[in-house]
Amino acid sequence: MERPVKISARDLRNGLLTSLWFMFLTFPLLVVRADPIEKTITWRWPNMMYVGAATFVIYLISRAWLAHRHERFNRAARVDQPAARGAASSLMSRPRVIMPLLGLIGVVALAIPLIFSTYQTNIMITALMYVVLGLGLNIVVGVAGLLDLGYVAFYAVGAYSYALLNLHFDIGFWTALPIGALLAALFGILLGFPVLRLRGDYLAIVTLGFGEIIRLILENWNEFSMGPSGISNIPRPGLFGLELDLGQSITYLYYLMIGLVLFTIFVVNRLQNSRIGRAWFALREDETACQAMGIDKTRTKLTAFALGATWAGMVGVIFAAKTTFVNPASFTFLESAIILCIVVLGGMGSIIGVILGAFALILLPEYLRALADYRMLVFGAVLVLMMIFRPQGFIANVRRTYTFGEKQEGA
Amino acid sequence: MDYFIELFFSGLTRGSIYALIALGYTMVYGIIGLINFAHGEIYMIGAFTALVVSVALSIYNFPLVAIFVLTLAAAAVWAAAYGYTIEKLAYKPLRHAPRLSPLISAIGMSIFLQNYVLLAQTPDFLPFPALIPDFAFMEPVSHIVGSSDLAILVTTAIIMVFLILFIKFTRTGKAMRATAQDRTMAMLVGINVNRVISVTFVIGSALAAVGGVLIASHVGQINFFIGFIAGIKAFTAAVLGGIGSIPGAVLGSFILGLTESFATGYISSDYEDVFAFSLLVLILIFRPAGLLGKSTTEKV
Repeated sequence: MERPVKISARDLRNGLLTSLWFMFLTFPLLVVRADPIEKTITWRWPNMMYVGAATFVIYLISRAWLAHRHERFNRAARVDQPAARGAASSLMSRPRVIMPLLGLIGVVALAIPLIFSTYQTNIMITALMYVVLGLGLNIVVGVAGLLDLGYVAFYAVGAYSYALLNLHFDIGFWTALPIGALLAALFGILLGFPVLRLRGDYLAIVTLGFGEIIRLILENWNEFSMGPSGISNIPRPGLFGLELDLGQSITYLYYLMIGLVLFTIFVVNRLQNSRIGRAWFALREDETACQAMGIDKTRTKLTAFALGATWAGMVGVIFAAKTTFVNPASFTFLESAIILCIVVLGGMGSIIGVILGAFALILLPEYLRALADYRMLVFGAVLVLMMIFRPQGFIANVRRTYTFGEKQEGA
Repeated sequence: MDYFIELFFSGLTRGSIYALIALGYTMVYGIIGLINFAHGEIYMIGAFTALVVSVALSIYNFPLVAIFVLTLAAAAVWAAAYGYTIEKLAYKPLRHAPRLSPLISAIGMSIFLQNYVLLAQTPDFLPFPALIPDFAFMEPVSHIVGSSDLAILVTTAIIMVFLILFIKFTRTGKAMRATAQDRTMAMLVGINVNRVISVTFVIGSALAAVGGVLIASHVGQINFFIGFIAGIKAFTAAVLGGIGSIPGAVLGSFILGLTESFATGYISSDYEDVFAFSLLVLILIFRPAGLLGKSTTEKV
């Protein structure tokens, strides 16, 4: 039934015009490079050809794709098919497929530190940290629909609370973990209060400002946070007073992270299906209607902020323990953007989506070192493209639906 | 007293740069209700284009006045082209999407453009040639007010006057105001709304680029990251004045510029950016509609 998509002469002409436009657009920055000190100019003409060719190809592909989608949409409308459920969600509903799959993933996850080197394990720890961060931000952005661009501030609060408590009071990792989480939650509420009345887009900017304020304070208040040089020699997590060497403590941290990820998934999943979770969904969909249903908007928003921040605080403590060093440079806006990208890419509100998103965004650049320079460029493009072509993310969140089963009629 | 006047003028200079950027935010917000997060990046791209063009022209020994005019024009043209393209690529397909979608798209665009310039040009700070000469008649007061301060103030004032005339009296300006008031009604009376939106992006971007060139020449260095902070501060200014309102954006910018200037001058320069952000948070708590904005109640 698939008809080949035709590309007309008009498409070709438009493609040519588009590529000319982009060649013009990128001319001063991509082709010319000026050195204001030496007063010299480097011309990079090949770049112009690359841009032209790439734009032309991308334009034709997108035309073909749009035509294809249009046709499929028309056909679907004629036949009036019921909306197909996503592959992932139909997979989820089959326990005989999902159980062995989960088992396999579990075995692989447990075996990683035994098989791979310390270096690889370390990368996995980072990926797992981002899984938890993503799930935490998912509560705020994906579930409650509050766009938080300063999430990294809570991460910083967690990391610095362990670093400072350890420095001044010699407090260990396991005591600092709940304290860091609590402090982050407190900051979440602190931030939540003033911004409660704001609409979505203002909220985004205020949270961004808040994140920057925290970072700037950490950078400038030398007496408190040691300024830009940061705090070093933070101890790794202890295991009942046992002496661990570097490899062992990384393995230990890895299993710790696995535990934290499982705990997070469990809690977030339970939260989503709880009373407060349903209130968050309602808040996301329509604030006014949500209030009309008798949901306390203030409390719902504040719990979303506080619970989201809690996870960031915990991961912050672990981050400090993992790197044994914190400084304000680790907590820039880009970090928030990466976490947001994980949530958006994976699918807002979807737990599996966020997990996959975190692995994709953290592991891919690690293993494709050649592309590491282009990482942020790609992240930016991904955010734009996802919003345009697949706003629900890779794995769309399937809301729990309650159906009146036909079985009951027979019973 | 000299110190006070010096701070006052440096505040005005900052304020006029913020105003040039804030106008783009406020005009776009007024028309499509979007916080154009990538606007700060347009300003940065304007400054970078200006750097490239001015270095190229100075190699060919153009006179300083010609360099200044041509650089400004090139920066405005390219920034406008970027603004136009960004709107078409990243915002237009999302015009009917939920509110957060275009905002996330804008954030993505901002990250993309930053890294595009980083990769295409350089991650380092580059010195920016001084395009504005030291005027001889400014000699007696040059320890308080620099020539470039004066040039920035005058240029901004001229641009503001032209912008106000444009919006008040031209056909396109009227169409812009109509679209801002009610997009559907504007369409019904035959206004090409897509064109109006494009024009808004073009004008806003060109203004931001002019701001970028002026401040880069004043400060003397640029890098790919300057758009981020400048963008947020200009947004703060726009919100302070009441987003969507053009006089509000100008007023807010000057208030922000003066506040920053006095706060860094008399309190501490370490927390320069904290003042702006704190001001933003405070306004949004106590007067979310801004100084000149009208507070709207959402009807259901």
